[in-house]
Amino acid sequence: MLTASHISAKCAIYIHWPFCLKKCPYCDFNSHVRDHVDAAAWQRAMLDEIDHFKALFPNLQASSIFFGGGTPSLMPPETTAAIIEQVSSHWGNGDDIEITLEANPSSVEAGRFQNYKQAGVNRISIGVQSLRDDALKFLGRLHNVSEAMTALDVARNIFDHVSFDLIYARPNMTLANWKTELSEALAMNPSHLSLYQLTIEEGTAFDHQFRRGRFTLPDEEHAAALLTLTREMTLSAGLPAYEISNHAKPGAESQHNLAYWQGDFYMGIGPGAHGRLPSNTQGAAQAHGQISRPENWLAAVNKKGLGLESFETIDPKDRAVEALMMGLRLTKGIDLKAFQARFGVALHNFLDPVEVEKLSASGHIAQENGFFTLTPSGVPLLNYLLGRLLA
Amino acid sequence: MTDQKNIRNFSIVAHIDHGKSTLADRLIQHTGGLSERDMQEQVLDSMDIERERGITIKAQTVRLKYTANNGENYVLNLMDTPGHVDFAYEVSRCLSACEGSLLVVDASQGVEAQTLANVYQAIENDHDIVTVLNKIDLPAAEPERVKRQIEDVIGLDTEGAIECSAKSGVGIEDVLEAVVQHLPAPTGDPSAPLKAMLVDSWYDAYLGVMVLVRVIDGVVKKGQTVQMMAAGTEHQIDRVGVFTPKGVMVNQLSAGEVGFITASIKEVSDTNVGDTITDAKKPCAEALPGFKPSQPVVFCGLFPADADDYPKLRDSLAKLRLNDASFEFEAESSAALGFGYRCGFLGMLHLEIIQERLWREFDLELITTSPSVIYKIHMVKGDMLELHNPSDMPDVVRIDYIEEPWINATILVPDEFLGAVLKLCEDKRGIQENLTYVGTRAMLNYRLPLNEVVYDFYDRLKSISRGYASFDYEMTNYDRSDLVKMSILVNGEPVDALSMLVHRSQAEARGRVLCERLKDLIPRALFKIPIQAAIGGKVIARETLSAMRKDVTAKCYGGDITRKKKLLEKQKKGKKKMRMYGKVEIPHDAFIAALKMREN
Repeated sequence: MLTASHISAKCAIYIHWPFCLKKCPYCDFNSHVRDHVDAAAWQRAMLDEIDHFKALFPNLQASSIFFGGGTPSLMPPETTAAIIEQVSSHWGNGDDIEITLEANPSSVEAGRFQNYKQAGVNRISIGVQSLRDDALKFLGRLHNVSEAMTALDVARNIFDHVSFDLIYARPNMTLANWKTELSEALAMNPSHLSLYQLTIEEGTAFDHQFRRGRFTLPDEEHAAALLTLTREMTLSAGLPAYEISNHAKPGAESQHNLAYWQGDFYMGIGPGAHGRLPSNTQGAAQAHGQISRPENWLAAVNKKGLGLESFETIDPKDRAVEALMMGLRLTKGIDLKAFQARFGVALHNFLDPVEVEKLSASGHIAQENGFFTLTPSGVPLLNYLLGRLLA
Repeated sequence: MTDQKNIRNFSIVAHIDHGKSTLADRLIQHTGGLSERDMQEQVLDSMDIERERGITIKAQTVRLKYTANNGENYVLNLMDTPGHVDFAYEVSRCLSACEGSLLVVDASQGVEAQTLANVYQAIENDHDIVTVLNKIDLPAAEPERVKRQIEDVIGLDTEGAIECSAKSGVGIEDVLEAVVQHLPAPTGDPSAPLKAMLVDSWYDAYLGVMVLVRVIDGVVKKGQTVQMMAAGTEHQIDRVGVFTPKGVMVNQLSAGEVGFITASIKEVSDTNVGDTITDAKKPCAEALPGFKPSQPVVFCGLFPADADDYPKLRDSLAKLRLNDASFEFEAESSAALGFGYRCGFLGMLHLEIIQERLWREFDLELITTSPSVIYKIHMVKGDMLELHNPSDMPDVVRIDYIEEPWINATILVPDEFLGAVLKLCEDKRGIQENLTYVGTRAMLNYRLPLNEVVYDFYDRLKSISRGYASFDYEMTNYDRSDLVKMSILVNGEPVDALSMLVHRSQAEARGRVLCERLKDLIPRALFKIPIQAAIGGKVIARETLSAMRKDVTAKCYGGDITRKKKLLEKQKKGKKKMRMYGKVEIPHDAFIAALKMREN
């Protein structure tokens, strides 16, 4: 069980809305299709769970709120408003914080953007996924390119901060195809872009099809070239990668997602959400995971006030490993001083010195101005490098 | 004490799977050696591995009490022997402790290669032989045809052959009667000075070293001081007993009897199988001829997958040797695999069994290097050295010539697979000596180099004949051969554990397969890795493992951390099982997989 902690710390708040109109074939997130959702019951449960977290962690300061899913743009705006208000009254200090909502670019949802703004949302992240109709069809999306463009226009008229997602490295995608599609996206002058390579996740419809040879993906060499091209193009468009798959104009980075990558505390509300909350042991954290199936989560919250199913104390060493794993995703890398301040030990205590030496010599990692980073040639190899680096 | 004329000492000889152990079970059950409750299949095979594989590794002995049709009580000492060629020496020493044998032949399969090998050994030991046709109740049983085969191929008279089914119990009484009627009683003088044969010895957790003896003359009893004539050591007897099959203590064993003794003997290696045991105060005039000690013929290196397990491997090998004096081991160190042992085995099955026991009984994961035989390296200077390990091969310029061991192989195979088997033998550099027919099956005699046999001959023979071919061999001689040392280079670094001696004509094909296999087994690195097979400085096969270009997770947010961290931990564990060759990491299972490869 989570242990109450009166520690005062910044914390990013994640809210998971688990419902979708349709399950996308590539998606392995905790999303579910239901004919009917009892919105009132869900709102009550979400607020109830937030209250229970407040009792356990009264002194946190919310640094951002993120509505993810599922499809949070299916959430009634009143619910969004009630949640934002509850979080602010529990953990707010009056400052404006980043409040993001993920949205699908359908006309129905775009029609609600204004309501979300009134609820307190100040940043919207739109799942455009592709600027090609055939690709949207392959990806199992319900919208087409023209709808997506309209939704983007609506969003930009309403919000100061608009981001959208694209999925690339799709079957048969050439460098030239992607170059054209990405140029079109950059020409829209977005301030933030998430560009993900298509990967096959276990248990998805694509997994099933892929294993049966229904389609192929770019080979490793080609995928690496697509990644390099992406980073070069976004850089010259003034939207450099600040994380493996995320690109922003300087200052427009997602504060909420930075919290994950920088190893800050975060709280997960709703089915299947995860969190890292303060522990009374310095440098440690309490990890929690919520019940995934929406109905089971709802029943648990109604009964006990919390829908948690897993707890784990992450000791300072494990937490440092997590900080390394996530921190190297950031272009700026890991702030060595901040790392030492947080965990009480230097990052190098967790690294194999021989490997650090070798990988520095081969130009895959670098240490400059107090930051430990991956070089451009190291970025595409992060997982492999982590395996080598960890002592 | 039983009158000598009412004792029968006999073995059962058979091809593997012809029902030898089942027949032994049935004989024990029929004579009341074990209650229904204690009875289990293959009772004499006490090791798990024997039961699971359905094979006998260690010879076992059991004393049966039988009241014959003539009303007399008999003591029958049955010695169950291993059927596999690797353990042929076990068969030979059991046979020398008996006067007769039951030759068991599967009535549906007929004579097989090991039937021949084992029955010839029984004949050499001057045994009287009773032929038993087993599995007579199978629809495919053809007793008349099989009897004719036995007469034609072995030359045994099958008039008195007994038909039985060990599985269903049919004809068991007839088998017991035949043992009493047709096999001879031992002869020996109970009043002469003690003369007993040390048939086998093993380590028992409770009783210490146990010695299986066959008393030829005289009497052995508790408290007696005996002398091992060849070893020259003296021991006082603590216990004397027989197996029923449970161990039961008796007062003494006298001429003609089989049983066990324990004395204050520390290790199995202090007892020499075949030694003569006599009374220290009143020794017999002449020792028994003894046995040729079993010699390991296949060698390989065993290294712990986790280098920290080296002391555990050392202790485990020592423990196993307590019970199996037939394998040898000596410390070895490899540039890449670290510390381990060079071990000698009686054959490939023996190697597999030891490896499996190390894993099963001692929880050790091992890296096994290429199996090798003993080569005789004749140096230019005129001296000769025996090479057990390809890594120790001297510089070629100092070598005059190399000799390798050859075997005589007997293969029985149904006609339809003959072509494939002939091709296999030719591919393995075999020289055909004879081709005859036993009924509808061909009997092939081939001379083959042993190193081709240890490689993968047996597996391939089984696979191309769909399991129908049977095979037996004996070592014959050493012959000059055009052998070369093939090295495997990964990123330019020789991998000592993969180097092997091969015939020049085979080198290229084998090198190519090995390189291809390694390409799939070695994880990619940040640079291209050439994988080469070479003879001296000349590369004969090459593959290139491309450099890793991309390995990064596209999406990684708060909920993914735990899963990602677990993957990393797994990766880290895998790292422990890697061995560095220069700049390249090779996982230990790559060695096992590379060497297990099949050419097809």
